[in-house]
Amino acid sequence: MEFAFTEEQAMIADTVRAFFAENATSARTRAAMKATGADAGFDRALWHAFASELGLAGVGLPEDHGGAGLGILELALVAEAAGAHVAAMPLLGLAMVGRAIAAGGSDVQKSEWLPGLANGDVIAAAAWGEGLHASGGLLSGTLSFVPHGGAADILLVYTGDDAWLVDLRGEGVVATNHVTMDQTRPLATIVLTEVGAEPLADGTAAMAAALAAGWLCLAAEALGGAQAALDRTVAYSRERVQFGRPIGSFQAYKHRLADMMIEIEQARSAVYWAACAIDEGSDEATLALHAAKAFCADTYHMCAGNMIQLHGGIGFTWEHDAHLYFKRARSIMSMLGDSQWHREQVARLILGAVA
Amino acid sequence: MKLGFSSADEAFRSECAGWLQEQMTGPFADIRGIPNLGDAIPRRKEWEQQLAAHRWSCIGWPSAWGGRDATLAQQVIFAEEYARAGAPNRINHIGVELAGPTILTFGSDAQKAKYLPGIAAGTQIWCQGYSEPNAGSDLANVKTRARLEGGEWIVNGQKVWTSLAHYSDMIFVVARSEEGSKGPKGISFLLMEVDQPGIEIRPIGQMNGEAEFNETFLTDARCPADSMLGAPGDGWKVAMALLAFERGVSTLGQQMQFRNELDAVIDAAQANGKARDPVIRQRLAQAEIGLRLMRYGALRMLSQGDPSAIDGAALTYKIQWATWRRNLGELAMDVLGQGAEVADGDHYAWSTLPNMYLFSRADTIYGGTNQIQRNLIAERGLGLPREPRGAQ
Repeated sequence: MEFAFTEEQAMIADTVRAFFAENATSARTRAAMKATGADAGFDRALWHAFASELGLAGVGLPEDHGGAGLGILELALVAEAAGAHVAAMPLLGLAMVGRAIAAGGSDVQKSEWLPGLANGDVIAAAAWGEGLHASGGLLSGTLSFVPHGGAADILLVYTGDDAWLVDLRGEGVVATNHVTMDQTRPLATIVLTEVGAEPLADGTAAMAAALAAGWLCLAAEALGGAQAALDRTVAYSRERVQFGRPIGSFQAYKHRLADMMIEIEQARSAVYWAACAIDEGSDEATLALHAAKAFCADTYHMCAGNMIQLHGGIGFTWEHDAHLYFKRARSIMSMLGDSQWHREQVARLILGAVA
Repeated sequence: MKLGFSSADEAFRSECAGWLQEQMTGPFADIRGIPNLGDAIPRRKEWEQQLAAHRWSCIGWPSAWGGRDATLAQQVIFAEEYARAGAPNRINHIGVELAGPTILTFGSDAQKAKYLPGIAAGTQIWCQGYSEPNAGSDLANVKTRARLEGGEWIVNGQKVWTSLAHYSDMIFVVARSEEGSKGPKGISFLLMEVDQPGIEIRPIGQMNGEAEFNETFLTDARCPADSMLGAPGDGWKVAMALLAFERGVSTLGQQMQFRNELDAVIDAAQANGKARDPVIRQRLAQAEIGLRLMRYGALRMLSQGDPSAIDGAALTYKIQWATWRRNLGELAMDVLGQGAEVADGDHYAWSTLPNMYLFSRADTIYGGTNQIQRNLIAERGLGLPREPRGAQ
């Protein structure tokens, strides 16, 4: 049985944890939250340090196209650490688009796009292309709720059978970031008017890889965020004294923290199971991904809600970070399929579709 | 990080799976899949002896004592295949998994020679004398007394929830050997024969109609002076070490049983159309997810290099599976509907799923209630202050 980190994986986990703890500070995240336009919810300095100093933007991407190699498990470790600090950066888009090109792009497309993604120079976003109109290699239509869409240089659009790459820096593109509840990952509306788009060689494979990476990335972020919500609340409960005792000595309080840990341990198993299942090409991978996305999103929301409640009034203030976790958790719940939808996918796998 | 087992371990799996399947479809087919711990006891004693005859009774023990020196992975695999083959719950689980390892750790050579062969051979069944009417969750509050007199320990007191005591040959008893001592100090760990005038066993009727637990009354019950594990007054350490042996190995086997139970609920939902109900589908999916996460949690726990290290997956495991099974019991009843509230025959006896619904209410109590589990998780896992103790 080797369902434990290798030394290298433990080292990567330690390194990324230390990096985000030092760099994705509350002050910097809040500065990114205040920014407007293309920089809304985007700490560019953090991104460049992540990509160039740490050299980890290429994790999970092939080495012969500028990636760092390794598996999607290592990518999950990065997302977990970023999620623990609600880091304001477009990791989700990188994971989805990078893995989509690696899985469904031609060799030429890989050489063209992957190196820029892997070194952090090109910012990517992904969107479901519902209602999009394709004609003669030109795309038109409106894409809604695109995470970090306002900052993105390239966009992956997938529609089920097809996947295109769109260069957003050209003519015919209007990308508008919305005021978004989770200010660390703003959602944008992107309007395309007869924009040139490059179809990926294998659109089905690209879309499957994008969704797998997206679900796993969100699940891992949720795991990191939930664990941080627990850790910070535990620390607070040991310091805060009421009725002459640290509040963490009251059973009603302890049991709620214990319930958080019980869910988080399962969420941890879910993320590592799903990641290993993808890396090993296991036939459990689809089930594992739906399980991980649903379970981790729900766990994060429960833990972040408890974080607010267990901090009392201070937990409801703007000044305290609890709301950053709570809002990120909420946004993860709705993004790329809600928990009910993912559980229905699990139900289909074990029961078949409803007749 | 990897999901599966090594190819050497998989070869071991084929070996034990083959033997177990052969037994459960051949000579022991009559006890395949029987649900209750108290059923078919004589046949299950024969089954213990059959396991022993083929050196499968205590594979984790040293080969010198009848085991196979099996690795943790091999023990897990055996437990999985054991459950997969539908072999009945081990009637001597307490002897093999708890008493044996404790005697191996704390026993003298003479004690090992006296007690281990009977367990390995499947001829001596053991039960556990821990809980008392006033020492359940608060085990250190035991009141049963032991005094040394004329080369024997004389034991007086009452034990409760003694599983299978009425079929057992031996019992290990936690008793207070120092007059006036309180809490964990002054407790001793004694190994006693059940069949003696000083021990009376009374079955306890359970809410599911079965009676697997007992009250055990000790009235001047006796055992020789050398039947103590560890030093007099030092038994708490032994008692706690024993509980640690319970953790882990049997869990993946237990999950095979859970798999069978969930599959039975899924089959029932498909047969009666409830599988089309969107709410039931959500709950079945949730149960499936919970079971899978239980498996990978157990694998994380068992892949830890140091099994004694405090590990989140291990600390949260008991409450996780107990709660999962209780929820499955409720889901089973919702799927089955009123038909499940009517027994098949003239007795107050229940088929697998309604019985699981009733029995799962015990799962969240025995071996540390969900509330005690949360205390342990908060105190050991999260480092929060301990519960204040009342005046003794």
